[in-house]
Amino acid sequence: MAKVDFSGVVKDVSLAYVPEAKPGDYVLVHVGFALQTLDEEEARKTLEMLAQMGELAPGEDPAA
Amino acid sequence: MKWVDEFRTADGARKLAAALRSLTTRPWRIMEICGGQTHAILRFGIDQLLPPEITLLHGPGCPVCVTPLEQIDKAIELAHRPEVIFTSFGDMLRVPGSREDLLSVRAAGGDVRIVYSPLEAVDLALRNPSREVVFFAVGFETTAPANGMAVYRARQLNLKNFSLLVSHVLVPPAIEALLRSPGCCIQGFLAAGHVCTVEGYGDYLPVAARFRTPIVITGFEPIDILQGVYLCVKQLEEGRAEVENQYARAVRPEGNPAARRLVREVFEVCPRKWRGIGEIPASGLRLRDSYAAFDAERKFALNTGAVEEAPQCISGLILQGLKKPHECGAFGVQCTPERPLGATMVSSEGACSAYFRYKRTHV
Repeated sequence: MAKVDFSGVVKDVSLAYVPEAKPGDYVLVHVGFALQTLDEEEARKTLEMLAQMGELAPGEDPAA
Repeated sequence: MKWVDEFRTADGARKLAAALRSLTTRPWRIMEICGGQTHAILRFGIDQLLPPEITLLHGPGCPVCVTPLEQIDKAIELAHRPEVIFTSFGDMLRVPGSREDLLSVRAAGGDVRIVYSPLEAVDLALRNPSREVVFFAVGFETTAPANGMAVYRARQLNLKNFSLLVSHVLVPPAIEALLRSPGCCIQGFLAAGHVCTVEGYGDYLPVAARFRTPIVITGFEPIDILQGVYLCVKQLEEGRAEVENQYARAVRPEGNPAARRLVREVFEVCPRKWRGIGEIPASGLRLRDSYAAFDAERKFALNTGAVEEAPQCISGLILQGLKKPHECGAFGVQCTPERPLGATMVSSEGACSAYFRYKRTHV
């Protein structure tokens, strides 16, 4: 079991399915179990696609 | 990285909406499977950001909503027994059975308790050796590892007074059933990210190929959902039908192998009835024979037979994307979250409750 901080609320969560999780990692939790450690590089890639999307459509007013 | 704020920016949403407008050339109908996504769509007004050509259909991905009436009645029957402590996630308590709900059983003196995790129910069984603790194991692939672990732990602890009333369902067979249905008008799917966190997305590859339908594994924040719609529309416009993973920060292709192993140790695939839809082959999980001692349906003699739904409720059509909640005559009038006729109005993941809470419609 581990302590997981949900934006201020701390709960005991089982790490049975993410034994590789280290202190400081972000984990996806469902009904008391961590199901995956979140991958920061993949998160950045998703956000980069968004950033590039703005550059690809320069003629369009994003506030329209 | 704050993991949430970055995926909720107004600027990002506007960019994606603009990109979708320039991408879309004709009408497309896309279903988001998961009720969590349905709520995010209504709550953040994502449906209003989309070009008018794109229709989002709301799928059956709400475990509370698709749990058959018979299982609710079995839960109620068990909860009435004086020796039973009946435990459940909070959402199930207001779901109407054929005569009453679990909340009214509790009001009448039944020992019905809400737990946050199934492990709490195992603890209750340990601390109350003279009582029978039954946990209502409802859910999709996301919940199966937790519920499976509860039974696995109970066996390790040699508990004789713990059992599950199981009503587990699986998403890929439901997608296939929707696509096979004669009235089907769904052209693309947003698959539920958290389901795939556990099971990966190998099972979706043959479905996308066989039915020539794009499936995009999608997260739950507004930017995730808009990006999922964008990727799905891009495939449709380009005539592709692939499985894409928008939610790669939480979903690996193989899912979580340790969780999958435990689920397969405890459960086996079975046919399962979905409330409002009917029986779908190989769409559920039940306890294996080696865990029969922990199966409430085999442990207790239950009298519940087949039962009828409220005739005014059209939740079956809503769960298949054939009708929208506000097209129901009872919506917001005879049927409200306080007095629901069907499960789609009860659950925090149900489409009717999302429309009731967030959408401005005239009733």
